[in-house]
Amino acid sequence: MAMKLVVIGAGMASGRAMEHLLAANDEIYDITLFGAEPRGNYNRIMLSPVLSGQKSYEEIVTHDAEWYRSHGVDCRFGEIVTGIDRIRKVVISAKGETPYDKLLIATGSSPFIIPVPGRDLKGVMAYRDLGDVNAMLEYSQRPDPRAVVIGGGLLGLEAAAGLSAQGMKVTVVHLMPHLMERQLDQSAGFLLQSELEKRGIDILCGANTKEIQGEAQVSGVLLEDGREIPADMVVMAVGIRPNFGLAQASGLRYNRGLLVNDQMKTDDPEIFAIGECVEHRGGTYGLVAPLYDMAKVAAKNLLGFHETFEPVEISTKLKVTGCDLFSAGDFAEAKGREEIVYRDATQGIYKRLVIEDNRIIGVVMYGDTVDGPWFLQKLKDAEDISEIRDTLIFGPNFAGGAALDPLAAVAALPDDSEICGCNGISKGDIISAINNGAGSLAEVQALTKASTSCGTCLGLTTQLTALTLGDGFKLPEAAGMCKCTDLSHQDVRKFIRLKALKSIPAIMQDLEWGSSGGCAACRPALNYYLVAEWPGEYVDDGQSRFINERVHANIQKDGTYSVVPRMFGGMTTPDELRAIADAADKYNVPSVHVTGGQRIDLLGVQKEDLPAMWADLNAAGMVSGHAYAKGLRTVKTCVGKDHCRFGTQDSTGLGIKLEKALWGAWSPHKFKLAVSGCPRNCAEATCKDFGIICVDSGYKLLVGGAAGMDLRETELLGTVETEADALEHCAAFYQLYRENAQYLHRPYKWIAEVGLDWVIEQIMDNAENRAALADRFFFSQSFYQTDPWAERAQGGEAHEFTPMADLTQVAAE
Amino acid sequence: MSNFIDIGALGDIPQQGARLVKTAAGCIAIFRTVEDKVFALDDKCPHKGGPLSNGIQHGEAVTCPLHNWVFDLNTGVAAGVDVGQVQTYPVKVENGRVLIDKNSIATKAAAA
Ligand code: SRM
Ligand SMILES: Cc1cc2nc3c(=O)[nH]c(=O)nc-3n(C[C@H](O)[C@H](O)[C@H](O)COP(=O)(O)OP(=O)(O)OC[C@H]3O[C@@H](n4cnc5c(N)ncnc54)[C@H](O)[C@@H]3O)c2cc1C
Ligand code: SF4
Ligand code: FES
Repeated sequence: MAMKLVVIGAGMASGRAMEHLLAANDEIYDITLFGAEPRGNYNRIMLSPVLSGQKSYEEIVTHDAEWYRSHGVDCRFGEIVTGIDRIRKVVISAKGETPYDKLLIATGSSPFIIPVPGRDLKGVMAYRDLGDVNAMLEYSQRPDPRAVVIGGGLLGLEAAAGLSAQGMKVTVVHLMPHLMERQLDQSAGFLLQSELEKRGIDILCGANTKEIQGEAQVSGVLLEDGREIPADMVVMAVGIRPNFGLAQASGLRYNRGLLVNDQMKTDDPEIFAIGECVEHRGGTYGLVAPLYDMAKVAAKNLLGFHETFEPVEISTKLKVTGCDLFSAGDFAEAKGREEIVYRDATQGIYKRLVIEDNRIIGVVMYGDTVDGPWFLQKLKDAEDISEIRDTLIFGPNFAGGAALDPLAAVAALPDDSEICGCNGISKGDIISAINNGAGSLAEVQALTKASTSCGTCLGLTTQLTALTLGDGFKLPEAAGMCKCTDLSHQDVRKFIRLKALKSIPAIMQDLEWGSSGGCAACRPALNYYLVAEWPGEYVDDGQSRFINERVHANIQKDGTYSVVPRMFGGMTTPDELRAIADAADKYNVPSVHVTGGQRIDLLGVQKEDLPAMWADLNAAGMVSGHAYAKGLRTVKTCVGKDHCRFGTQDSTGLGIKLEKALWGAWSPHKFKLAVSGCPRNCAEATCKDFGIICVDSGYKLLVGGAAGMDLRETELLGTVETEADALEHCAAFYQLYRENAQYLHRPYKWIAEVGLDWVIEQIMDNAENRAALADRFFFSQSFYQTDPWAERAQGGEAHEFTPMADLTQVAAE
Repeated sequence: MSNFIDIGALGDIPQQGARLVKTAAGCIAIFRTVEDKVFALDDKCPHKGGPLSNGIQHGEAVTCPLHNWVFDLNTGVAAGVDVGQVQTYPVKVENGRVLIDKNSIATKAAAA
C-alpha cells in the first residue's frame, strides 16, 4: 500500500517538490496537500507584474486543482493546518485529522509588520500574496489614490513601481540612508532613487515611521520628524520572518528558522522542510533559486535517494522595467578589501567590484548589467583575477575600446555561468538544449524553463539562443509567421498572389513548410489569406479555423456555446424578440445578455442543440451575428434624425444599410462599425474600426479606432456628402484592409504600419482605385454573404454536432 | 487483453479533425491526422476541462480551444512548460473502419 505523504503549504517550494516527486514516481505516495490560500500554487515572484498590470493572475498559476487532480493528489486549498501531532502522526485542520507517514513542511514566511500605532487600521497591508495584490488594486481604483510604501527594499520598490503604474501617487518611506541597502551600495542606490523619482515616485530615505493615522481607515502616515504624508493605503514591506510556528508548537528544533540538515530533514526523521521557513547551516532564504534546489533534494530523499543541499551564491535583480540592477556577494567596505569602480554619468551607468585576496567577493551594477553573470561566475569560482585586473571592470568583452558587439559578451561567458537564476539554468544547459534540437527561443524556453519564472534573463536567453543558432536564428517578431516557416506574413501573401497558390497544401508544398500539416498559428492565417485572395475559387478549410468560426458560435469556458443573432443596426422587432425568447426557453438557455454591440447573446447552449436552435431563429428571419468571427461584427447606431432633436441624418438607416452590405465578410481581425447622428456621438463611432459621424453637410468617415486591449481614437479619413458615397468608401476601406493587413491585426495596427496618408491616398484621392476596391469587395460578398447557420441547420458539417458512436452501454466489467 | 470494436468509418472523421464517442464516463475524442493516423483521447483538457475535440489538430498534436495548451496525441502529454496529461485509448484502422479497445473503455467506465 502506498505511504501517506502530507504537504503543508501550496507555495513555490512545495510546487516544485511535487513536480520532481511525481515526475519520478506517482505511486509510492498517497499525497494530501494543504494550502492556506484559497487557490493553488502560483509564481509568487510574478506578483509585481500582476500588480503593475503586465500580467494576469491566470498567467502566473503553476499548479491548480486540476493539475493536482490529474496527478492523484488530494489538494486542500484554503484549509489551514493548525497542528501537528507527531506521536499519532496526524496533522490537524478545521476539517479534522489527516494521518501521515512522511510530512513535508513548506509554509514560507510571514511579512513583518512594524509595531507602530495604527498598524491594524483598514488599508494597512503587506505584500506577500495575491490577496494583497487584489486589495492594492482595489485602492488604486479610487479617485486620486495615494499610497505610502514603508520599506525601500526589493519588495517595497516593486510594490511602489506597480502602484505608480496603476496611477497611484506613491511615497516610499525608507529607514536607511539609501534604497535597497542590503543589495546596493550608496551610489547605485542613488541612481535607482533618481530613476524612480523621475517616474513620479516620492522617496524619503532616513525616514522613520512614528504612526499610521486614521479613524477606522488609513488617512496618512506620521514620521518621527513630524512630517505627515496623506495616504489611502499603506503597504508594509520591511522584511519577512520564516513562518514555522506550527512546527515550533509540535516541538521540532528551530532557531531563526525551522532547523534542517543537508537532506532537508528536521530533527524528526519523518518530517522534511523546505523553503523560506527553514534554516540551513545558519542561513535563511528569501529568493527562489536555492528553494528550488531544496525542493529537488527533498523530493529525492522522499524517494529514498541520498541527495544533499549545497547553497550557492545567488544574485539579485529588481523587477522594475527600466531599472537595471544586479548585485551579488558582499560589498561592504572593510579592511583588506579593494574596489574597482566604473561610472558613466551621462548614461547613468555604475559598476563596482569588491576584491579581496585577488578574488571578486562582491558585485554591484546599475544601468548596464550585461556582464553580471560573468562576474558572478568568477565570484563563485573564487577565480584569481590578478592577471586581468586592469581591464576586468570592462567585462569579458573588452577589446581596447572598440564598439562592443552585444553578442560577444554572451559568447565570452564560460559554459557553467548561470543564465537563469530562478531555474538554475546555465549557458551550457541552453547550448545543449539547442544541440538537442531546440531551434527557437520558444523551444529553448520549453526545454529548459530558462526565463520563464521572473523573466529578467529573457534578454540573455535570447542572445544566447541567437548566438548558438547563428544564422538559423530569427527573432520571433520580425521573422517567420510561425515555427513552420521563416517567411513573414507579408511574404506569404505575396507568394499566394504571385504563384497563384490556391490551397493550404499548395502553399505548404511550394513554400517549403517545415512541418507536415502546419500548426495552430499558421493554418488559420493561411485559410484567411486564401479566402480573401480567391473568393469563389478557394474551398474554405474548416479544420484550419478556430472552433468558434468552425461551428459559428462562441465556445464558453465550460465547453458550451453562445449564440448571437444579427440585429441590423441595433434595431429589432417584437417578433424577433419573441423568437429569441422562445429559443431561450426551448433550449434551456441559462443566461440572456444584452451585449455591448446592441444585440442579444444567448449563453450556455449545448453544442448538439446549435443546429436546431439556428433553424428556429432562421424561421423568424434572423441570421448569424458572426459574434465569433474575424469578420464583420456589428454596426452600432443611435436613433438619429427620426427621433432625436439633434440628429442631422438618418444614422439608423445608414447603419442598417451598411450592415446589410457588409455582413458575412471575413477579415484579418474583427471589424466593427458605428454611425452616430451628430457629433454628440451616442453610438461611440470614434472608437470603432470604421465610424461615421453625421453632420449637416454630410458624413465624416473615421477609421482605426478600437476600445479593446488598446484604446484608440479614430482618425479622419475624409468627409463625403451622400449615403451612397459613405457606403462605397466604407466598402473600399474594408477591402483595402482585407487585402493588405496581416492576420490578427486590427485596422489601427495596420494603419500604423502603412500610414494614414497612404490609406487616404488609396481611398479619398483616387476615385478609380476606390471603385475597384469596392467592386472587389462586393464580388467577394457574392460568395461569402451566406448564413452559416442556415447551412448547418440544413445538415451541413453534421460531424461537428453529432457523436460518431455511442458506447455508453459498454459496461464496467 | 484487448478487444477491439467498430466505431465507424475513417471517412466519418475529417482530416485534421475529430469526432466524439460517448461513453458512460464522458466523451472520448477520436482524431484523424493529415496522414490518416487515428488517435483517441479523453475529450477533457487537464487544464480547465476544455473539449479537445474542438481544438485545432496539427502534426500529431492538438491545441486546446480554451487556452492553447498543446497535447501530443500519442501520449496525451502536454507540450512545453505546461504540465498535464490526457488519458489515451488504443485505436486502430482496419479496412477503412476505426476500432477502439473495448476493455479500456470498460475500465474507464469502472473508474468513473
Ligand atoms: C458578448 C460580448 C460582451 C457582452 O456581453 O456585451 C463580447 C464577448 C466576447 N468578446 Fe468582446 N464582446 C462584446 C463586445 C466587445 C466590445 C464592445 C463593442 O464592440 O462595442 C469590445 C471593445 C471594442 C473593440 O473591439 O475595439 C470588445 C473587445 C474584445 C476584445 C479585444 C479586441 C482588441 O482588439 O483588443 C476581444 C479579444 C479578441 O477579439 O481577440 C474580445 C473577445 C470576446 C470573446 C469572443 C472572448 C473569446 O474569445 O471567447 C467574448 C465571447 C463571450 C462569449 O462566450 O460569448 N472582445 N468586445 C460583446 C458582443 C458584442 C456583439 O454583439 O457582438
Ligand atoms: C512580491 C514578491 C516578489 C518576489 N520577487 C522575487 C524575485 O524576483 N526573485 C526571487 O528569487 N524571489 C522573489 N520573491 C520571493 C519568493 O516568492 C519566495 O522566496 C518564495 O515564494 C518562497 O517559497 P516558499 O514555498 O518557501 O513559500 P511560499 O511561496 O510563501 O509558500 C508557502 C505557502 O504556505 C502556505 N501556508 C503557510 N502556513 C500554512 C498552514 N499552516 N497551512 C497551510 N498552508 C500554509 C502559505 O499560505 C503559502 O501559500 C518575491 C516575493 C514576493 C512576495
Ligand atoms: S470583457 Fe469580453 S473577453 Fe473579457 S470576460 Fe468580458 S466578455 Fe469575456
Ligand atoms: S482548458 Fe485546455 S488549455 Fe485551458
